[in-house]
Amino acid sequence: MTVPNSRFAANGSGGAGHRRPGLNGAGLNGAGRNGAGLDAASQDGAGRDGDMLWGAEDPGLTARGPLTGPGQSGRSPAGPSALRLVWIYPDLLSTYGDRGNLIMLARRARLRGIAVEPIQVNSDQPVPQQGDIYLLGGGEDLPQVLAAQRLRAGGGLQAAIGNGAVVFAVCAGYQLIGSVFGGAQGEPVGGLGILDISSGRGDRRGVGEVLADVDPRLGVDRLTGFENHQGVTRLGPDARPLARVTLGVGNGDGTEGAYAGRILGTYLHGPALVRNPGLADLLLSWAAGPLPALPDADEAWTRRLRAERLAAVSP
Amino acid sequence: MSKLPIRARVASTLGEAAGKVSRLTGRGDGSVIGGVVGLRVAPDLLRQLSAGRQIVLVTGTNGKTTTTRLVTAAIGSLGQDVASNAFGANMESGLVSALSGAPDAPYAVLEVDERYLPSMIKATSPRVVVLLNLSRDQMDRAAEIWLVARRWREAFAAAPDIRVVANADDPLVAWAAGSASHVTWVAAGQRWHEDSWCCPECGSHLRRDELGWRCGECGLSRPSARWVLDGDSMIDSAGAVHELSLSLPGRANRSNAVMALAVAGLFGADVGQALPNLRSVVSVAGRYTTVQRRGRTLHLLLAKNPAGWLEAFDVLDPDGRPVLLAVNAQVPDGKDTSWLWDVDYRVLRGRPVLVAGERRIDLAVRLEADEVPFDLVDGVEAAVDRVPAGGLDVIANYTAFQQIRTTLGRTA
Repeated sequence: MTVPNSRFAANGSGGAGHRRPGLNGAGLNGAGRNGAGLDAASQDGAGRDGDMLWGAEDPGLTARGPLTGPGQSGRSPAGPSALRLVWIYPDLLSTYGDRGNLIMLARRARLRGIAVEPIQVNSDQPVPQQGDIYLLGGGEDLPQVLAAQRLRAGGGLQAAIGNGAVVFAVCAGYQLIGSVFGGAQGEPVGGLGILDISSGRGDRRGVGEVLADVDPRLGVDRLTGFENHQGVTRLGPDARPLARVTLGVGNGDGTEGAYAGRILGTYLHGPALVRNPGLADLLLSWAAGPLPALPDADEAWTRRLRAERLAAVSP
Repeated sequence: MSKLPIRARVASTLGEAAGKVSRLTGRGDGSVIGGVVGLRVAPDLLRQLSAGRQIVLVTGTNGKTTTTRLVTAAIGSLGQDVASNAFGANMESGLVSALSGAPDAPYAVLEVDERYLPSMIKATSPRVVVLLNLSRDQMDRAAEIWLVARRWREAFAAAPDIRVVANADDPLVAWAAGSASHVTWVAAGQRWHEDSWCCPECGSHLRRDELGWRCGECGLSRPSARWVLDGDSMIDSAGAVHELSLSLPGRANRSNAVMALAVAGLFGADVGQALPNLRSVVSVAGRYTTVQRRGRTLHLLLAKNPAGWLEAFDVLDPDGRPVLLAVNAQVPDGKDTSWLWDVDYRVLRGRPVLVAGERRIDLAVRLEADEVPFDLVDGVEAAVDRVPAGGLDVIANYTAFQQIRTTLGRTA
C-alpha cells in the first residue's frame, strides 16, 4: 500500500488546530527512538524501554515498548516523520485496558503504512510537546487528582495542543481535561481547561454497556462500549456532544462525550477504540490526513466483535 | 458445638443439611447454600461459630483459595483439626458453612473476599490476617483498590491484637499493613506492577531497584522481610534455607507457600514438618488439576484478572504445547472485557492457541492485535479434538473455568 504522506498532507476533517512547522525538529525524535532522551528528566528512567509496561521478565520486550505491528516487520520503520502517539501517565491513568487505545491506533496506522512511534510518559516525566496524538486514560479518584495537578504544573500537553496536537481522553482523563471535576470526596478539583466541559459527581454509578449515535458531522458509526463512572458532565458553549446515548448514561443528560477541534473525550472507558475503529480512524485522520480503507481481512474480527456487541444489547 | 446457643445450633444444623442437599443433587459443592440457610436463622452465627478458635483470615486479589489450602496444610502439621472454606466460598455464608462443618476444630483458616475483610475481622476476631497482593480485578463490581487498601488500613488500626502476615513486595499491601501493631513481613515477590507505580501514601512515582521499592518523596519503602522467597527456595525467619519443591506449579504458588509457612510459624509450626504437607497439595478446587481426555492430558489453570494471567503464563509448558484460552463475562467474571488489553499475549507466539468462551471474539481481536495466531473452538471438547495427542494447557477465567470443569466432570 502506498502511504499518503499523511502528516504533511494533513488537515483532516474536523481538525480546527493548525499544524506546527518543523515536524522533524528536535525534541523527541531521538529520545523516543533510542529510549534515552526522556530519561534525562527522570532519575530512575522508569519509562525507558517500556519496562514499566510489562515488567523486565517479559520476553516480548522490545526497545519500542509494548507495541508491535506491521510497521516493525519492515514495512516502514519509524523515522523522523513517524506518527507520535503519546500515552500520558499510564502510571496514574490506566485503570482498565487503556493500553488498548494505543495499540489500536498504532495498528490501524501501521496497516496503512504509516510509521508509528509510541511514547509513554510517566507522571514523573515531562510531557513532550512534539507528539501528534495524546492519550489519557481512566483512573481512580486520587490518581486522577494527582494527574491533573502534574499536568497543570507541567504545561507540556497544553503546549502540544497549541501546536495542533490531537487529544483523546477517556473517563477520568476526559473529566480532567475539562475546567473542573469531582475529587475523592466529590469536592471540585480544577482540571486543565482544554475542553469546555465541567464535571461533578452524580448520585449513582453508571456501569454497563453503552450505545450512542455520533454527531453526524464526524462521519463515525455509532459507538459501542462500556462505561463505569459516577461522573456527570456538562458541556459549555465551546464543546459539542460527541454522541447521543441510546443505551447507558454518558454525560448524564442524554449526550455522550464531547469534542472541540481536535480534542475529543468520552466516558466509554478503557479500550474504547477497539470496538469503535471509526473513531480511531477519525483521530488518525486529524493527525495524518485522509486515510485509505483497510482491506476486509484486516477488519474482519473487529467487525465481528462490533456486530456481536451491538446484537447483545439490542432489544 | 454444644457450647453454641440453641438458636445457633439449630441454624448450623439446618445449614449443614442444605449443603448436603446441594452436593447430593449436584448443584454445587454446598459451601454457600448451607451458610445462607444458617444465617437466615441466626444472623450472628459467624461470631458465635468463631468464638474460642484460632482464626486465620486470608485475603488479596489473587491466590486466596490456594493459600488458604496451603495455610491449612501447614497448620495441619501441628496435629489438630483445621476448619476451612476450601472451595473459595469467601463471603460470610461460606465462612459460616466452613465453621459449622467443623464445630470442634480449634483452628480455622478462612479465605475472605478482599472487600469484606474489615467486616469479617469484626465478626471473627482473627489471630492472624494474611495479605497476599492487591491488583485490578473486575472493576464493574469491585471497589477501587486504593480504597480497598485504605479500608484495610483502618481495620488494622482498630484491631491492635491482630498479627498481620503481609507481602512486603506489594506497595499497596505494605501500606495497608503498615497500620497494624504486629506485622510479619514476607518477601513474596510481585510480578504485576501496573497497579503500584505510585506511592499509596503520597502519590509520588515509586522507584524500584533490586532492593525493592521506595518513595522518593514521603519515604515509604519496602519493609525488610523476615521470610524470603528466593527462586525455588525460601529463607525462614531463622535464616535457614529450604528447597520448596512444591507439587503446585509456578512462581505464584511458591510465593503463596512462603506466606503459608510464615503463618504456620506464628503458631509454632516447624518449617521442616510443615513443608511436606504443602508438597502434598496437588490441586486446589480444580485449579492446577490434570485431566485425561481421549489421549490428551489437560492442565487446568484459572486466571481471573491481568495479574492472574501473568502468573498463569508463567506455568505454561515451556516446550510450546497447545493452549486453550477461554473467557466469559458473566457477573462473577466482570461484565466488562477491557482487562484483556492489560494482558500481554505475545508470550503465546509460537504455540498453537485455541480460543473459546462466551467472549471469544473479544479475545480474538485482542490476539490479532498482538499478532498471535489462533483458532476459534466451541469449547473444551472441541479443543481436545483439535490438538494432537499429548498435552493441552487450559487457561480460563472464573465462569469459563467452572463450565470447563462441569464439561470434564466434577472430578476435575
